[in-house]
Amino acid sequence: MLEVSRLRKAFTSPEGALSPVVDVEDFQINERDHVALRGDSGSGKTTFLNLIAGILRPDAGRVAIQGQVISDLNEAARDRLRATAIGYVFQTFNLLQGYTCLENVLLAMTFAGRADRSRAEALLRRVGLGQRLGHRPRQLSTGQQQRVAVARALANRPILVVADEPTGNLDSGNGHEVLELLRDTCRENEAALLLVSHDRDVLSEFDDVRDFHQINRACSALPQ
Amino acid sequence: MISTLVLLITKSFRQHLFSTVVTAASIALAGGLLMSVWTLREEARKTFAEVSGGYDAVLGARGSKLQLVLNAVFHLEESTGNMEWKDFLEAQKNPSVERAVPMAMGDNFRGYRVVGTLPEFFAGDAASTTRLTARSPGRIFDVTSREAVVGSFAAEQLGLKRGDRIKPYHGLNFNEEHQHEEDYVIVGILEPTSSPVDRVIWIPLEGLQKLSGHDPKSSTEISAVLVKLKGGSATAGFLLDQSYNKQGTRLTFAWPIGRIVALFFDKISWFDRVLELVAYLVALVATASVVASIYNSMNERRREIAILRALGAHRALVSAAVVFESAAITALGMLGALAVHGAIMWSVTGVLKVQTGVVLNPWSPNGILVFAPLGMIALSAAAGLVPALKAYRTDVATNLIPAS
Repeated sequence: MLEVSRLRKAFTSPEGALSPVVDVEDFQINERDHVALRGDSGSGKTTFLNLIAGILRPDAGRVAIQGQVISDLNEAARDRLRATAIGYVFQTFNLLQGYTCLENVLLAMTFAGRADRSRAEALLRRVGLGQRLGHRPRQLSTGQQQRVAVARALANRPILVVADEPTGNLDSGNGHEVLELLRDTCRENEAALLLVSHDRDVLSEFDDVRDFHQINRACSALPQ
Repeated sequence: MISTLVLLITKSFRQHLFSTVVTAASIALAGGLLMSVWTLREEARKTFAEVSGGYDAVLGARGSKLQLVLNAVFHLEESTGNMEWKDFLEAQKNPSVERAVPMAMGDNFRGYRVVGTLPEFFAGDAASTTRLTARSPGRIFDVTSREAVVGSFAAEQLGLKRGDRIKPYHGLNFNEEHQHEEDYVIVGILEPTSSPVDRVIWIPLEGLQKLSGHDPKSSTEISAVLVKLKGGSATAGFLLDQSYNKQGTRLTFAWPIGRIVALFFDKISWFDRVLELVAYLVALVATASVVASIYNSMNERRREIAILRALGAHRALVSAAVVFESAAITALGMLGALAVHGAIMWSVTGVLKVQTGVVLNPWSPNGILVFAPLGMIALSAAAGLVPALKAYRTDVATNLIPAS
């Protein structure tokens, strides 16, 4: 379902030198798979996820989701594909502060052209926030905010959910609950899950854990 | 797409409520000022030029045409001097003159002019909009009696009603020590005309000429003659203009009244242009303040834009939201500007009514009431392209990470 080959991305350092951040020869995920990527901070995990999600354009290589080569698409098409086929859960939640829980989920739906209030409400009920539909992020605990982010990521029935350290800002209890919720809802929505984390407890929940240091050849070139 | 834009804009309004309200208020003041200056200029020029009381010209003693018109039609200026009664009779007999009505000024009642005239002044023809009628019950004065009819505004301000008695004061300016002895009984209050007539107290011509304290010589003199030409004939007007102004030396024939008033406005048009320029500059500054307000908030909006982009919003959508937000703030401001315009016009109209009797229509159809809002909205939208460009260039990956 997700096929990555010869993917390369480098950034120019403040000194002007070109610094490779991602250099992945081959990476694949099958439909409905749950895969965890283990990697330390600064190993290029987030850049890798941003390349998969089409937020960044690779310098070279190919990213394909269900046969559609996202790396070859223009920006508007990548935006469209990201809205319709990919859900993104961030470590810092990235909820829109001026919007209610329901509006945060509904807004994500409008970018895919499929705003469905009843589904948005159902998703929020599913993540345990049925009584918080009209609350704004600041009125919620961090655990609850990440639950909203999970509901938002699944709003457009994506085929792939990428999660970047989704429990990184949560205590262990909340982290465990959110992780369980994320995995359950991905299963219920038949979405594949690609999660990156450096937390051993999180990684231990996955059967398929891959070491990003081995996948990303640029890691050895990155400053430790 | 449109509903998404509306949602993004309304949310932004709520998040930046204070700056939105302040900038919209500045637009309201600037837009209201711009529309008022423009409307006042246009309306005043049009309305004053139309205030002729149905007459085409004023004949008076040698002097300024404008002074003659201001004195006899608007009851604002001093008289250019007196003219002989025979001059009136001569004008009346002229075959191209349909109606000539003499007037004598020089007295007041508590600051409101007392003018002597003949009943013909009120007659007109039945179909004429310039015909003056007394409110029922009431009538026009009898020339053989000491009777007066009062303009509607003067009656309202002075609290005069039918049956009241007044003693005029000498001179155009109110001085308690210069009261005449004669009593005049009010027999009618005129219907409102939204013209200077409303501010005048009218008595029989002979009565004013022979008031106690007036020079006996002046009993055969008048201040001016209002002249209506047959069919408003331009040829007749031109010939009389030649006769009185070019060949004669004693009298001035102020014709046509509307053109003389328009020339007055032309003379002070530089002042209009200065006011207009100031209004344009204020509007420009207010528009710039909208853009500056949005531009300054772009730093705090970067993360939100990055989140929207990460969720699948295209650059063009978030940029369009900024442009439309700029336009929407101005649109809100211009709604307020209509209220400000109404308030300014209401105040100025009130002052003008008190000072001249002329009533302007604040909501008279005027292109500026459409073009100013549309122009300012378009200008704001165009200026909004500057912060929109900043939104367009916002880097998603960098700005998804919260600023520490």
